[in-house]
Amino acid sequence: MSQCSPLKLHVPEPTGRPGRETDFSYLNLSPAGAVRRPAIDTPPLATVDVADALVRVLDDDGHAVGPWDPKADPQLLVAGLRAMLKTRSFDARMVVAQRQKKISFYMQSLGEEAICIGQVLALEPDDMCFPTYRQQGILIARGYGLVDMMCQLLSNDRDPVKGRQMPVMYSSRRHGFFSVSGNLGTQYVQAVGWAMASAIKGDTRIASAWIGDGATAEADFHSALTFASVYRAPVILNIVNNQWAISSFQGIAGGEAATFAAHGVGNGIASLRVDGNDFLAVLATSRWAAERARCGFGPTLIEWVTYRGGAHSTSDDPSKYRPADDWQRFPLGDPVARLKLHLLATGALTDDQCTRMQQEVDEEVVAAQKEAESYGSLASGHVHDASTMFDDVYRDVPAHLVRQRAQQQA
Amino acid sequence: MASMTMIQAIRSALDVMLERDDNVVIFGQDVGFFGGVFRCTDGLQKKYGTSRVFDTPIAEGGIVGVAVGMAAYGLRPVAEIQFADYFYPAYDQLVSEAARVRYRSAGDFTAPITVRMPCGGGIYGGQTHSQSPEALLTHVCGLRTVMPSNPYDAKGLLIASIECDDPVIFLEPKRIYNGPFDGHHDKPVVPWTGVPQSEVPDGHYTVPLESAAIFRPGTALTVLTYGTMVWVAEAAVRETGIDAEIIDLRSLWPMDLDTVVDSVTKTGRCVIVHEATRTSGFGAELTALVQEHCFFHLEAPIERVTGWDTPYPHAQEWAYFPGPERVGAALRRVMETA
Repeated sequence: MSQCSPLKLHVPEPTGRPGRETDFSYLNLSPAGAVRRPAIDTPPLATVDVADALVRVLDDDGHAVGPWDPKADPQLLVAGLRAMLKTRSFDARMVVAQRQKKISFYMQSLGEEAICIGQVLALEPDDMCFPTYRQQGILIARGYGLVDMMCQLLSNDRDPVKGRQMPVMYSSRRHGFFSVSGNLGTQYVQAVGWAMASAIKGDTRIASAWIGDGATAEADFHSALTFASVYRAPVILNIVNNQWAISSFQGIAGGEAATFAAHGVGNGIASLRVDGNDFLAVLATSRWAAERARCGFGPTLIEWVTYRGGAHSTSDDPSKYRPADDWQRFPLGDPVARLKLHLLATGALTDDQCTRMQQEVDEEVVAAQKEAESYGSLASGHVHDASTMFDDVYRDVPAHLVRQRAQQQA
Repeated sequence: MASMTMIQAIRSALDVMLERDDNVVIFGQDVGFFGGVFRCTDGLQKKYGTSRVFDTPIAEGGIVGVAVGMAAYGLRPVAEIQFADYFYPAYDQLVSEAARVRYRSAGDFTAPITVRMPCGGGIYGGQTHSQSPEALLTHVCGLRTVMPSNPYDAKGLLIASIECDDPVIFLEPKRIYNGPFDGHHDKPVVPWTGVPQSEVPDGHYTVPLESAAIFRPGTALTVLTYGTMVWVAEAAVRETGIDAEIIDLRSLWPMDLDTVVDSVTKTGRCVIVHEATRTSGFGAELTALVQEHCFFHLEAPIERVTGWDTPYPHAQEWAYFPGPERVGAALRRVMETA
């Protein structure tokens, strides 16, 4: 006779909810500088400890410590800070623009800026990124025009994707930024395919794949890991664990029983779990993964532990499902403030320079917005002509679409 | 010029394209060392190497997903899904990604991929090795769906598909891989040898997409069909003695509407034949198109002969398959309408 009590379905529940503070001990943080730095050619299974710990470089005083200190050129870090400030300023203005009904929808990356910007600074300019909708920092760090971005958001007749996509679904081959899909996870396995192609052609370029903690539950994520491992594809597999997938916390995606990085190890992929709010840790681990990929040692999966500082999108109200002050209490802090502290502590920047940099990026964003809005918007009816909706379905417009265009134009 | 089976013709097309274009790569389950469960890629890995022709994990979504990524890089991937019945895990990558990336990026990225899938029944494959899912593909804007009925077209259409800058689904009716099956399952198997359409040039040629073929000219009525059913329709015409014009659509969508409209306008009668299930099948679209474009020329209601709206059964296969008797009965009914 069994001693077991009747079975009960386990549904993971976050420790914090509105009115109840989150207990962040589940993050299982490691002290700055405490995690080892494996050799570039380390076998995947030998990364099991670094997939469970948390790589951190910056201590509480803003000093870089431990084996992962990238010993980066201060000017590179200053450039990283500028891109982060610009991204945050851009996001803030666009959230307001959505509230003013100038754009139909927006998604900010508040609190996550260090991750994609730090990685881009570790990549070559022609390495290819397959982003989600929250990696606008890649475009900003790679110098895509703010006006072009805003014209996409405004869906006006200068929108580079011709009004075909909701705001934030950018595309720029020239900046190594694959067209953002609204279907989650699809880009992850495509990135692996791109990386396989690079290897097939004997190229030196690598791919960078992006996904959130929530979408790791998609089949495409698991196929991506299998293909990346099997073909030893030169790809960095990034998981941005910002703790929330709209209203479901990362436990619902599978983060309760194992770290997301551990998924990589089990698939035969070298994996790291990294403080995503620590710009120096992002830079150092991205460089490690990029070098590993470029040298033919295969893929690296990196789980970036961070926090979604804002709402999922402008259509979302997080006060309904998580504590209002959760981000302020998040133990890994704010990536912008932490990099700033480091640059001030090392003397790479002064307070005045920081203030001036903030003013400069704000002015740049304001000027770009002024120019972009002068070209009109979806609201003002300045959109690509309706007849263009029949273009680009196929390379050439087939007969049935010629007929339908004529009907639409009649 | 040699007589080839469909399998040899498909292999020849792949061989020609691997030779001509370094960006062509071929992959899928069992296609590498083994050469595919139907042998379509036999010998190609040995000839072109493992980085051009290789096996994949059993993950259809992954196969099509990496193809989309390779295409973004600049390759021209040719992926094989072992049976069309298995393509459903790849539907998201086909519908939301391959079919739409050109559109959503305004031409910044494209997906010139070809996805080959054996389809159709007649091999006692039951409900997991017999399906004809073409309507799930013709419904998707941005995809091209192609189905050849003979070796010559198979090679020419496959080369045209690989060279096409749009994503193409290339459906291969497996029952006619080795001979032109006319639906008489109880009669001896007929090989391709001696059939004119099995004469296939060795080198490069194309059969253009969006072009239908008048398989058999006639004046009494028009049969619209494709794939295996072209041969079944021909048997029905032969056995009924009705002088039907059989149109082999070849490209299902986008399609050659002019050839269809010209024929039905001439004959005034139309029978549509496909092996796939009936409701919302591709025949429904063909019926609507004929009605829209030929209504005042029609002298009888349009008939559809299709598989039943059931899963493809194993033991009852020949009761399911729309054979020459069912097609012939429809031809007579349409002719009997005043």
